[in-house]
Amino acid sequence: MPPKGKDMTQTTAPRSFQEIILRLQTYWASKGCAILQPYDMEVGAGTFHPATTLRSLGSKPWAAAYVQPSRRPTDGRYGENPNRLQHYYQYQVLIKPSPPELQELYLGSLQAIGVDMELHDIRFVEDDWESPTLGAWGLGWEVWCDGMEVSQFTYFQQVGGHDCHPVSGELTYGLERLAMYILGVDHVMDMPFNDPQSPQPLSYGDIFKQTEEEYARWNFDVANTEVLLRHFEEAEAECASILSQEHIDPKTNKRIIMAHPAYDQCIKASHIFNLLDARGVISVTERQAYIGRVRTLAKQCADAFVQTEAGGFTNESAA
Amino acid sequence: MADLLIELFSEEIPARMQARAGEDLKKRMTDGLVEAGLTYAGAHALTTPRRLTLAIEDLLEHSPTVREERKGPKVGAPDKAIEGFLRGAGVSRDQLKERDTPKGAVYFATIEKPGRPAAEIIAEVLEDTIRNFPWPKSMRWGAGSLRWVRPLHSILCLLTREDGSEVVALNIDGIKSGDSTAGHRFMAPARFSVTGFEDYAAKLKRAFVELEPKEREAAIWQDATNQAFASGLEVVDDKGLLAEVAGLVEWPVVLMGSIDAEFLDLPPEVLQTSMKEHQKFFSVKNPKTGRIEKFITVANRETADDGATILAGNQKVLSARLADAKFFWENDLRIAKSEVGMEGWLESLGNVTFHNKLGTQAARIDRIAALAREIAPIVGADADLAEQAAKVAKADLSSEMVYEFPELQGLMGRYYAEAAGLPQDVANACQQHYSPLGPSDEVPAEPVSVAVALADKIDTLTGFWAIDEKPTGSKDPYALRRAALGVIRLVLENGLKLCLSILLTEHGAKVAYKALTLEHQNLATERSQLLKQITKAQEALADKDRERVDAQLSVISNRMVHIEENYFEQKGFIHLGRKLAPNLLSFFHDRLKVFLRDQGIRHDVIDACIAMEGNDDLTLLVKRARALEEFMSSEDGGNLLQGFKRANNILSQAEEKDGVEYSYGADKKFIEDAAEAALFDALAAGEGAISSAIEAEDFAAAMGGMAALRAPVDAFFEAVQVNSDNSVVRRNRLNLLSQIRKVCGQVADLSRIEG
Repeated sequence: MPPKGKDMTQTTAPRSFQEIILRLQTYWASKGCAILQPYDMEVGAGTFHPATTLRSLGSKPWAAAYVQPSRRPTDGRYGENPNRLQHYYQYQVLIKPSPPELQELYLGSLQAIGVDMELHDIRFVEDDWESPTLGAWGLGWEVWCDGMEVSQFTYFQQVGGHDCHPVSGELTYGLERLAMYILGVDHVMDMPFNDPQSPQPLSYGDIFKQTEEEYARWNFDVANTEVLLRHFEEAEAECASILSQEHIDPKTNKRIIMAHPAYDQCIKASHIFNLLDARGVISVTERQAYIGRVRTLAKQCADAFVQTEAGGFTNESAA
Repeated sequence: MADLLIELFSEEIPARMQARAGEDLKKRMTDGLVEAGLTYAGAHALTTPRRLTLAIEDLLEHSPTVREERKGPKVGAPDKAIEGFLRGAGVSRDQLKERDTPKGAVYFATIEKPGRPAAEIIAEVLEDTIRNFPWPKSMRWGAGSLRWVRPLHSILCLLTREDGSEVVALNIDGIKSGDSTAGHRFMAPARFSVTGFEDYAAKLKRAFVELEPKEREAAIWQDATNQAFASGLEVVDDKGLLAEVAGLVEWPVVLMGSIDAEFLDLPPEVLQTSMKEHQKFFSVKNPKTGRIEKFITVANRETADDGATILAGNQKVLSARLADAKFFWENDLRIAKSEVGMEGWLESLGNVTFHNKLGTQAARIDRIAALAREIAPIVGADADLAEQAAKVAKADLSSEMVYEFPELQGLMGRYYAEAAGLPQDVANACQQHYSPLGPSDEVPAEPVSVAVALADKIDTLTGFWAIDEKPTGSKDPYALRRAALGVIRLVLENGLKLCLSILLTEHGAKVAYKALTLEHQNLATERSQLLKQITKAQEALADKDRERVDAQLSVISNRMVHIEENYFEQKGFIHLGRKLAPNLLSFFHDRLKVFLRDQGIRHDVIDACIAMEGNDDLTLLVKRARALEEFMSSEDGGNLLQGFKRANNILSQAEEKDGVEYSYGADKKFIEDAAEAALFDALAAGEGAISSAIEAEDFAAAMGGMAALRAPVDAFFEAVQVNSDNSVVRRNRLNLLSQIRKVCGQVADLSRIEG
């Protein structure tokens, strides 16, 4: 359980997207989480960050929070839809084992970003989470604030085909939607990114309108599907090759299992699959097969990770 | 006597599981207590999103002492045997009693199980209940291994007597029982102690928790209808939604909001579905126009601004949702009205798999269209219209609205078909062809809709029969029983004369052939992939893998050859249909029996009719069964049945004994008795009358003919001895009995009727 910091009861309303992020960072830091940086690869959701997928495995305690830029090529709308983006931010918290007061901690984070608990209606509505690509599932809720889903709250039961012992509590905030609600903005592109009073005020649109257009065009119409298909196969092969290496590194004579490099290839394959999906070259039947292939990689990476020290491996457990 | 109060306090329990969980808690606890000897006067389960509560009244404080006598070894048995018995029974030697039995003197021990205090039993039963609770889905949390629906936080377990209350001590994986609970998550989160159920319920109410789900439902409904009424509107009834919403709140606060004017022109079903599915809002309609103008949302708390912030937030979310719905609706309408029209949607159904062994939705639609065309003349529909309707009936599956809200399938099809300017019969069929969905759902009556509805269901049934995916036991994943009942009701309620056998055989043959072709194709693809793999990895393939692949290849090839030789090389493929149709028809008969039994027709009466020719004409079959049921419950019917059974018995015995069949008909010249002669005449007259009545499907007249036989049959058995010494006379009488069987047999197989 993370050490308890002093409660942050922020009553002033935040004024920008980044202020909401900063407040979340400060809040979770005060609750004992390691504030990590985004993973440096294209992922579909914050869950893909190894700090969640891999670290939710094994017996070692963990507490981390981070922003993760996430890409969902099929959701691209050229920056025109008020709520849909192919690139957006998730805020992710993962604590293992899940502390008994996780719900209260979570509600504290809402207060920290300016949600007045006395005026709003917060509800925990059943929503079971499952990721067929990661071979993972958990039970929990979507959290509603005045009828709007503001977060996903999940107790991980299985990841990469492994039962989670202890169980991690995962919180995922869809940052744009949550911030739009708190800031009272109707179109994501109109949302102030930095303080509107600053000398150089920037809106979300100033930063992302153009990129949304560029990527939407590339995702839907231009991405070279042959190259992507090849990359998918290559990532798959590389993942298998990495994991097939001997555990003892012949050069250093140390036990080095390359779970993370292998998992990078799994992430890559997953993103390429999403791109291929957006290009519309994957049929309904093939879809299941591709998802199954990524899941196989994820499971193998999970198998490898629990053989590492971070995954709880000790010489005793090997014996 | 004492009262028991239990509360299991957890994080939010899914609304859909609460009622059942309350009942399970009550059942498991009371069963366990009673089994341990603790009887009680009453038990009541209550649930909220965060608690399962059980109140038991007038529970015994002590379980009664139980005495049991156990028989031991014979007196004088070896000491070892006696000592073993003493150990097993837990008594000493001087407590044994000797008693004489037919086998000699035997030792008996009386074992006394002393009663136990209630608290001890409750703790055991509750722990067992918690550890083995039948949640549909449960989870672990933290570092523990206990399972509950969501993390369990506290257990309140209190025995209350007139002189005070006592906590029943319990410790489940670190959760210790106590006498305290907490109020509303936001409005009164502090923990407090209670002394018994009344105190508990009263304090919870002060802490903004309404414990009784029915009370929450009633409060929500009353407040909602009042608010709507005050604006001259009415709430659209939705019991399921009401129960769900009551399971999401501990302190319901009803708020009514408006729908933006720009969305008011969406079809009311779209508004209602979107609001219900996404937001769990009730729809509020204007009774004069039928339009949905407002919504009701139920919050879980009171606020200083009387819910203004909450309502504004909900309204905003709704607008975003409805903007999506409006976008789908306008986009879909544009496509439906365009030159491509609904055809474009059909084309994309070529990429949608209906079932991997039965091919795509598009292929299925083609089959249904062809079948609908064939059925059309039988149901009085225009064949072109029926075919056109079947073609577009499922096009809306490609629309964005149905993708978002699958439950609007059919209905959206109707709207889009209307927008596309298709004939009204066709548009209606889009919506109605899925019906009837359940035993109480309305059955379509418009001929075009009837044709498509029948074709759709028959294609589904023959398809799953062809790939051997029949319902078994409680498993019916493709709702085939419902489809068969649908066909039955469509036929009966429209009085259709449909020869099911022919339809099932011919269409079944088509579907089965398609399924085999598909399987053959898939096998061919699989084979070529395997071959490719082998060539690609010629060297790398280990011997073991090589063997596995070879084995796989030979299985595939054998199956392909089997399909080719047994099915493809025969001329035509009607044999495929002949194989599945009889089994499918008897499935229809089973469903029909269930259906008619609910309407009070005896199963043996139906069996007697099913045994007759023409049993695939369900209308005829039911007409016959109804007439027979009525006849059998009359005095004439009951008596005639007895006569028939008697004749049948005598005849069967004689035929078995003599090894011949007495079916030549009686000869008048061998008749000796007047009653015999009367029966002869009655049968001669009856045979003609009944057969022409059956021909004309006039079952009332046929039963009349049967009734006329009763008196002569009775008189015959009264006066005549069948087994005469004169063998010629005997043979003639047996032939006469055979005539009874034959004449009655025109109506139904009476031998199947009981009694």
